Amino acid sequence: MKRRVEIRNHQRELYYFRLRLAIAAGFVLTLFALLLGRFVYLQVVQYEHYRTQAEANRISIVPVVPNRGLILDRNGEVLAHNYSAYTLEITPGKVADLEATIDALAEVVDVAPKDRKRFRKLLDESTSFESLPIRTLLSDVEAARFAANRFRFPGVEIKARLFRHYPRGESASHVVGYIGRINDRDLEKLHEDGEYPNYRGSDYIGKVGIEQSYERELHGITGFEQVEVDAGGRAVRTLSRTPPVSGNNLTLALDARLQEVAEQAFGGNRGALVAIEPATGGVLAFVSRPGFDPNLFVEGIDPQNWEALNNSLDRPLNNRALRGVYPPGSTFKPYMALAALELGKRTIHQTISDPGYFTFGGHRFRDSKPGGHGIVDMYKSIVASSDTYYYMLANDLGIDAIAGFMRQFGFGSRTGVDIEGESEGVLPSQEWKQRRFRKPEQQKWYAGETISIGIGQGYNAYTPIQLAQAVATLANDGVMFRPHLVQFVERSGSGERRQIEPQPTRTVPLKPQHLEFVKRAMVGVNREGTGARAFAGAEYVSGGKTGTAQMFSMKGEKYVESRVQERLRDHSLFIAFAPAEEPKIALAVLVENGGFGARTAAPIARQVLDYYLLGKLPRAMQPQAEDDDATD
Amino acid sequence: MPLIRRLWERLILHLDGFLLFAAGLLMLAGLVVLYSAADANLSRVTGQAVNMAVALAIMWLMANVPPQHLARMALPLYALGMGLLIAVALFGEVSNGARRWLYVGVTRIQPSELMKLAVPLMLAWYFDKNEATLRLRDYAVAAALLLAPLLLIFRQPDLGTAVLIAASGFYVLFLAGLSWRIMAGLAVAGAAAAPVLWSLMHDYQRRRILTLLDPTQDPLGAGYHTIQSTIAVGSGGIAGKGWLKGSQTHLDFLPERTTDFIFAVYSEEFGLIGNLVLLILYLLVIGRGIVITANAPTFFTRLMAGSITLTLFTYAFVNMGMVAGILPVVGVPLPLVSYGGTSMVTLLLGLGMLMSIQTHPKLVKT
Repeated sequence: MKRRVEIRNHQRELYYFRLRLAIAAGFVLTLFALLLGRFVYLQVVQYEHYRTQAEANRISIVPVVPNRGLILDRNGEVLAHNYSAYTLEITPGKVADLEATIDALAEVVDVAPKDRKRFRKLLDESTSFESLPIRTLLSDVEAARFAANRFRFPGVEIKARLFRHYPRGESASHVVGYIGRINDRDLEKLHEDGEYPNYRGSDYIGKVGIEQSYERELHGITGFEQVEVDAGGRAVRTLSRTPPVSGNNLTLALDARLQEVAEQAFGGNRGALVAIEPATGGVLAFVSRPGFDPNLFVEGIDPQNWEALNNSLDRPLNNRALRGVYPPGSTFKPYMALAALELGKRTIHQTISDPGYFTFGGHRFRDSKPGGHGIVDMYKSIVASSDTYYYMLANDLGIDAIAGFMRQFGFGSRTGVDIEGESEGVLPSQEWKQRRFRKPEQQKWYAGETISIGIGQGYNAYTPIQLAQAVATLANDGVMFRPHLVQFVERSGSGERRQIEPQPTRTVPLKPQHLEFVKRAMVGVNREGTGARAFAGAEYVSGGKTGTAQMFSMKGEKYVESRVQERLRDHSLFIAFAPAEEPKIALAVLVENGGFGARTAAPIARQVLDYYLLGKLPRAMQPQAEDDDATD
Repeated sequence: MPLIRRLWERLILHLDGFLLFAAGLLMLAGLVVLYSAADANLSRVTGQAVNMAVALAIMWLMANVPPQHLARMALPLYALGMGLLIAVALFGEVSNGARRWLYVGVTRIQPSELMKLAVPLMLAWYFDKNEATLRLRDYAVAAALLLAPLLLIFRQPDLGTAVLIAASGFYVLFLAGLSWRIMAGLAVAGAAAAPVLWSLMHDYQRRRILTLLDPTQDPLGAGYHTIQSTIAVGSGGIAGKGWLKGSQTHLDFLPERTTDFIFAVYSEEFGLIGNLVLLILYLLVIGRGIVITANAPTFFTRLMAGSITLTLFTYAFVNMGMVAGILPVVGVPLPLVSYGGTSMVTLLLGLGMLMSIQTHPKLVKT
């Protein structure tokens, strides 16, 4: 009995066991069905979504930065080019401890304190997870050494990059300018102009000079590569490629050798020189002294050099030719004479008596020559540079007539030269004064203020490029061209050249005989007048005019140069054109605190003209110069 | 000739052809996917083939051990396993933030792996011994035998192994006839204990569970695995991207792609069709296991076979569920497919036991 019960129990247990097993099997099937449902959901229903995500994972668009266009002088001399070199770059976002990483790097390659400082500065300025250079210009040995240690430095990479280089260094630095790393302000502007997409991947942008003003030409069109990337963001292979279009090459009107001659001629003096081809407006030389080495700026200037440049009393970063405003001094006189003729206030032969001063409203305006020039006609007034003659003339013309005439020569307006940052200068007039001042008693123009305007003093303030444009216009018989630095834009691919057309801005209506007279008088300056010493023995005929711009009024005292501090000394000016019959070059020279124009500015003009017209190098620049005197 | 024939017959005497065939196909699929997952690195594949050969040999040995001998090994194995687990907790080797390994002489062992078989063995043996007089008390003792190693493994921490051992133990309890009322009560108690369990969890374990709820919260951290494996599965579509052509796999987006996440590789390259084939292969193995279980002669062998079968299912379900983003990321390999020798040996040991149960003369217990 008992045994039967057990057997029955046993079979019942087996039945229950199998029931439970069946339940478990049902459980297995249910869960597998659930899995299958999930697979169908992922692989069929949501397939598109996940396929897109996988593609987005896989494919990355990498910009390919175009080669920047070259900048060449009119003879094909290279002013700015690119070369390829290794840099060591850190992506800060991928590095946990920057300091430790840099310290460890320093054991593998040289990392100077200068490099660290620059890196820190870039770090402060950088906006995203871009890689920043800790070292540039790695030598092959250093590159190899890093490559061997690469595994120790995640987030640090060696990159072959194109660098901008300015082979002529300081020469023409104010013209060519420089590029620098794109900063927040540049980015903002790129976004505003809708240019940003073309700058994906670009690290540099023109900051100053031609590099800035022709940025669009020089930059080129960024290419794109579709690359397959792995989870670490490393490119595995290229799927498609739209090649970049290199930037266009620029050929300047500038003559690099002439530029150098002009720069050398300044010696240690501060100042500016602009030489223009009168028939086209092409700028042949554009000097602002002192200059600076633009190469310092390309990779971000280190604080030490920056301080030195920025805090220097000589202000080397200031583009004097473009932004500096100076009274023209006596170089204003030929235009005054022309105004008198054109407006019928004087004839060529009318004379005045010059006692050495002109009295107006109880105030005595002195002539720079004590005792005066005696009987002075218009020719003599230019050649000998009589102040009294022009005091009287200004008084007779009145301020608004002077301003109206001078405006035609471009005084007081931007020339529109093709680099940015030009100053306007001041062409004084009643209207200008009203605009300039706020208090009513200051707004009024006093007749006494007109007197010194006649000799290029008073409120007169013009940029050297305005002075050059004016003399070029005069040399070109009144036809004015907008000065321009760039002559050709050369399409990178095709080599097709597009000329920057000379743009005649206006023709100043001048009677030929008046023009001819003023030019003749200016030739007289260089032959027998204030420029005669500087131009003694010249093998060409040139016209010129000296000028001396007072830095501060000596209120009736006699100006004694030696007693005045160097920086308060007068500025020395000279304008010139040559050859006189058919001018090929017109220029304006300004030497800050150079004293009399005849003494410092005129010899610089002479050297420039000698080189341009005769190919004659100044002695200091001649190969194997035999030591004579110093340059004159 | 007759000698060879007799040798061959001896060799296959205790093997189950059906089980071996289905498992063999899975292992073959594993080698094929591994070649792709290892970026066409053949040495990985040959390494795994060696693992398989060793594991198959062990399976053969196990298939030839009569089930009664197995039962006798239950208590010593369990005791050894517990001893080692305690040793790990005291002197274990810490690697990747977990204390799982124990150095013995020249090599290091992972005692929790041993427990995957020792625990169900112990429970099956215990129930078998007390078959005639099963009472509630016996279930309580069995639960204690299960919970002791579980707690130690959970604290190592090794969530994957803990889950598998818990499952294998639970299956024994369930098949041994644990009453439904108690199971319902346990479920309620489990829900109530969840906060306690939560407090016992390590940060990364909590993160994984939170991540399951919303992987996008931490796309580069804890959610990364799930997001990338889900993309891999989904982008495979119906037909898959083709062998060796999975972009998620070959561009490094999939982590652990030869081991715990190998299913993502498979799924990306072979698509829904491939997944279906895989599910069917597992169902064949599990189905055969269930048949063996149903026909097993003794209470012990029934419990053991059932636990082995259902645990293998648990492996597969947890792994695929984790890759497909419906279960948290726990370290459970895809059975018979994932790269790795240890789990291969454990799994084939289990299959060897199933074969042993199936092929040894059914001694009717008196």
